[in-house]
Amino acid sequence: MIYFDNSATTKPYNEVLDSFVTVSSKYFGNPSSLHSMGGQAEKLLSQAREQVAKLLSVRPSEIYFTSGGTESNNIAIKGAALLNRSRGRHLITSSVEHASVMAAMEQLEQVGFEITYLPVDEYGRVSVDDVKNAIRPDTTVISIMQVNNEVGTIQPIKEIGDLLKKYPSILFHVDTVQGIGKVPMNLYENRVDLCSLSAHKFHGLKGTGALFIREGARLAPLFSGGNQERQMRSGTENVAGAVSMAKALRMTMDNSKAGINNMREIQTLLRGELSSFEGVQIHTPINGSAPHIFNFSLNGLKAEVFIHALEQDGIFVSTTSACSSKKKTSSKTLLAMGVPETIADSAFRISLSFANTKEEALMVIAAMKKAANQLRKVMN
Amino acid sequence: MKYDRILIRYGEISTKGRNRNKFVEKLRKSVRIALAPFPNVKVEASRDRMYVLLNGENGKDVIGKLKNVFGIQSFSPAIKVDRDVEVLKQTSLELVTSLYNEGETFKITPKRSDKAFELNTDGINHAIGGHLLQNIPGLKVDVKNPDINLRIEVRKEAIYLSCEIIQGAGGLPVGSSGKAMLMLSGGIDSPVAGYMAMKRGLEIEAVHFFSPPFTSERSKEKVVDLSRKLAGIYGSIKLHIVPFTNIQQAIREQIPENYSMTTTRRMMLRITDEIRKKQDGLAIVTGESLGQVASQTLESMYAINEVTNTPILRPLITMDKTDIIKIAQEIDTLEISNRPFEDCCTIFVPSSPKTKPKREKVNRYESYFDFEPMIQEAVEKVETLVIKQVDEQHSEFESLF
Repeated sequence: MIYFDNSATTKPYNEVLDSFVTVSSKYFGNPSSLHSMGGQAEKLLSQAREQVAKLLSVRPSEIYFTSGGTESNNIAIKGAALLNRSRGRHLITSSVEHASVMAAMEQLEQVGFEITYLPVDEYGRVSVDDVKNAIRPDTTVISIMQVNNEVGTIQPIKEIGDLLKKYPSILFHVDTVQGIGKVPMNLYENRVDLCSLSAHKFHGLKGTGALFIREGARLAPLFSGGNQERQMRSGTENVAGAVSMAKALRMTMDNSKAGINNMREIQTLLRGELSSFEGVQIHTPINGSAPHIFNFSLNGLKAEVFIHALEQDGIFVSTTSACSSKKKTSSKTLLAMGVPETIADSAFRISLSFANTKEEALMVIAAMKKAANQLRKVMN
Repeated sequence: MKYDRILIRYGEISTKGRNRNKFVEKLRKSVRIALAPFPNVKVEASRDRMYVLLNGENGKDVIGKLKNVFGIQSFSPAIKVDRDVEVLKQTSLELVTSLYNEGETFKITPKRSDKAFELNTDGINHAIGGHLLQNIPGLKVDVKNPDINLRIEVRKEAIYLSCEIIQGAGGLPVGSSGKAMLMLSGGIDSPVAGYMAMKRGLEIEAVHFFSPPFTSERSKEKVVDLSRKLAGIYGSIKLHIVPFTNIQQAIREQIPENYSMTTTRRMMLRITDEIRKKQDGLAIVTGESLGQVASQTLESMYAINEVTNTPILRPLITMDKTDIIKIAQEIDTLEISNRPFEDCCTIFVPSSPKTKPKREKVNRYESYFDFEPMIQEAVEKVETLVIKQVDEQHSEFESLF
């Protein structure tokens, strides 16, 4: 089996699973309980928080555990917009965000917020000037992803952060679900106020994630209840999930440097080999893109058919993002980049992990060649 | 350009006359403890300077640690070069080139503590300045507000180059002012008081009153965690845990309710003073802030303080709560202090404690019962923990992370 769909989700590290099982069975107390079992659970939770904070170079009090990227994005965007609604009702985002950002924005639109959806250039990148021009006196939140989940384009977070240093009252949310461990980013230096993480994208478990909320930034919580996570996220804490996430993040960061180099080499190999394919169009930009995502179209081939053809060889790749691929709509990101619909419909995404190898990439290339030839014969 | 050492300038130590060697030795110990995670680092101390030789350790991380060491006025990453004008020229050029961005300005601040060097300060200015201007196109001089300030210190043994001065934590090296007992409750104030006392050079041993089952293991853990934060300053800290249940019950039975708080504090102070004697301390540090609560009015302090004439140091006495909270945040104790567990001060709180207790009255109430044997018993049964910077319990969980 060759798994090349790591932007959809990753295989949890065995060590991460072990931690989860041990904590769940040995330290199952509720951190809010007063007895010593509660105390142990609380200790584990705060140690997990410290470790995640240290790995992100922020303070432990700025880390809030959530159920993953979607929840973090929702708390960040809705929580910030709602709490600041008396100051303004204008939000800015890009037209290539993840569904959980887009849908949250649309929901806010329905209750009276105004949203500016910034266009992107042919590489899928937002322009800092556009951000600047979109800012109004009543702008309260700007949400821009660090790495696009479909084509891998890196957004100019640093430049936007620098721009926003002049607008201290605007909250800057960055969705780093695809970028963490693969594209280094400093939250403080980039003036990020809110940042979403999802553990299952870096070999943690589904249902675990975190939101960074910079000290001083205030949000309205979305859940009402027992006021866990310093009132930001009610619900009994998922201690085992938090511990396993801390472990997954540490292992990811430990391997990050070598992993990035490895994925970059594989991507270069894929790019070189694929460019000789008939009717190929590569969507992932050469410069300013993440090392692990590679998106391209094979002209005249229906993506879905192609994916099933590869699957017969034990190869798993993806059409667009996993969250929207079932809807059978064309990739929003590619359309926003100006790619014609017919080409966008035949787009594939290969997404790598640190553990993938060049040998695997060569096998995938060979399988793709074979499948493309066969399918073209049938379809023509 | 890689710095190979960090030059440390002493704070007030420099004014301490004949005690200077002692102070320098204490500072050197503090620096060693702070830099324990970097095994290759070497610390060299002289009368008026200290050098941390990096030996390949990460300079940025070392600087992060040094920022918290008391007794350091400022420090600079530096390069040591031989006393040779050509070498000096060459290294200066490399250093400034590595920092220079298009259009920036510079100046040279020479200092010649060894007058035997062939060039005087003007000469250094000329030789090095000229060399830099010739070799870096676009570089300009600005003596008032330069982007790069190249400091050249000529000393007997060598010349030191540096471009940056980083402010240190100030204060005096821990232990240089002697030893005191810190009454550590678990609240926000007492750890801050301990921190400030340490900043003035005190070595601290913490005293905590523990009343099981009225206060839980978790409230004790909270105090252990607070102590660990303070241990971070000096590697380790002693924590004396006093069994206090019996005394608190006796007070409840013997003393009128509105005076029970006053007597409780007097007992705590007497016990702390006994421990102080045993441990050869010379003072007691508390987190009291004038008028903050009933026990911290001037009348209360007057009534409570009667039981000892040991100096009681109250670093927070004139500070507002908001300022105390700010420091608690900086030293990372606020979150721990805010954990919601009962401590010895919050149980048995009378509904209306006296804010203006009288000495005569409290003495009269206490005269009907002999507390002395109970105090002796409590002191004998004190449990003393040595709290290290690194949590051992944490390491039990190590494999999970």
